[in-house]
Amino acid sequence: MQRYSIFSLARHALAGHRNWQRAWRSPPLKEKYEVIIVGAGGHGLATAYYLAKNHGVTDVAVLERGWLGGGNVARNTVTVRSNYLRDESIPFYVKSVKLFEGLTRELNFNLMYSKRGMVDIVQTYPKLRNLRRRMLAMDIFGSTYKPMTVSEIRRRIPALTGGGTDSRLPIIAGMLHPDAAVSRHDAVAWGYARAADGRGVSIHEHTEVKSLRRGSDGAINGVETSRGEVAAEKVALAVSGHTTTLTETAGLRLPLRTFNLTAFVSEPVKPVINMIVNCPDLGVYLSQSDKGELIVGGAPDPGQSFRRDIKQTVFEDSVCAMLELFPAFKRLKLLRQWGGHLDFAHDASPIMSTTDVPGLFVSAGWWGGYKAIPAGGLTLAHLVATGEPHPLMAPFTLNRFRNLEFISETGTTAVF
Amino acid sequence: MLEIECPFCGSRDEREFVYGGPAGPRRPDDPEGVSDTGWVDRLIVPENPLGPVLEHWWHLRGCGEWVTIRRDTQTHETNEARREQCR
Repeated sequence: MQRYSIFSLARHALAGHRNWQRAWRSPPLKEKYEVIIVGAGGHGLATAYYLAKNHGVTDVAVLERGWLGGGNVARNTVTVRSNYLRDESIPFYVKSVKLFEGLTRELNFNLMYSKRGMVDIVQTYPKLRNLRRRMLAMDIFGSTYKPMTVSEIRRRIPALTGGGTDSRLPIIAGMLHPDAAVSRHDAVAWGYARAADGRGVSIHEHTEVKSLRRGSDGAINGVETSRGEVAAEKVALAVSGHTTTLTETAGLRLPLRTFNLTAFVSEPVKPVINMIVNCPDLGVYLSQSDKGELIVGGAPDPGQSFRRDIKQTVFEDSVCAMLELFPAFKRLKLLRQWGGHLDFAHDASPIMSTTDVPGLFVSAGWWGGYKAIPAGGLTLAHLVATGEPHPLMAPFTLNRFRNLEFISETGTTAVF
Repeated sequence: MLEIECPFCGSRDEREFVYGGPAGPRRPDDPEGVSDTGWVDRLIVPENPLGPVLEHWWHLRGCGEWVTIRRDTQTHETNEARREQCR
């Protein structure tokens, strides 16, 4: 792997930028691998990287239907945070945020990680009680929530002129989550891909996995792809919305439903908000990208959906909610919109688990999976390599459904 | 945007409706005959097809009727709207 630094940049600049290596290879597809990971998104690539780095497993193929990093890792709002509610969730996300903070150096790839903090704008007393409860729970596990007064919120976010005392839902308080950050989503996918490739992992784009293959003993023995059959005794799925589509080809049903979650961006403007702003009572959140665009997200479309567009109703709801708090944004033009497939488990917590099919692993149910990429990859790699769940993810296996040990999380934003 | 066929009001805009969750599966006629694992599976393992799902919608900003529709999860095509029998 060619290392990037100020010196390599200078050297290549003097040579007219003709000698840059490709960031990852395109090796031929072999007939057999030790481990196949389906999906070259954040979780798939991170799992491949940690398999190679922490467990020395390098005979790994990452198979991707489209292009690398073109799925949900490019279809989110790049927020990294750990303000969760449950004892099982908080340590997992705290670990993920810690890993994210050192990731630029570790991967030798600039993630443009910007720890700018998130503020929750609270407009109802039930939500305030909920966030205070979160604050106490988070305090135990090393995450941070700090109460904020209304005047402090307005001082930090001058553009927030709505939500006054005469409005429908006056702002009553805020919570500051200083650990929250944003980063460049492409760089996360590319950085992990390059680092995994550098350790010997093969990444195959445009290789769609059509079905899972089981041997006569019932265990997984490979996958059927658009480029032929590939054998492996361990197959890990990191395909978000299409998890059940694939597992059903092996006769396995999972407690997941697929939804459409969308976001959109405005035209670029000068710096106006330097934090992530989340309005849980209205169901909208926004931040400003380094390019100046406002990135706005809202609640998911309520019914099951495998679409990637945005419904007019969902879009209008998010815009109206934003304008209640930021009336000046009415004049902004919106540039583009994207949607992703979100697979949602019965208790809204992720599933990282072995399955009833020996050799088949799933990483699914990510609702806000971007922030969980490093910890999700780290723990899934541990499970695939050792067969034992990593302590951080042990509560998130499929057994919890059988034993009715649900970890009921609600999103910080959505009104689900 | 969905157009939902209300049996009482005709074809109406989705904004008049509230999503009421998936319809079915029907409760078993003999609840005692279903094992614990069977109950857990039927309560928490839903259908997640690339195709039609049955779901309830409530015509809250209209006539107040509960309707059941079949909607395609890839195309949003809706058909087979019918009045909810029992809920």
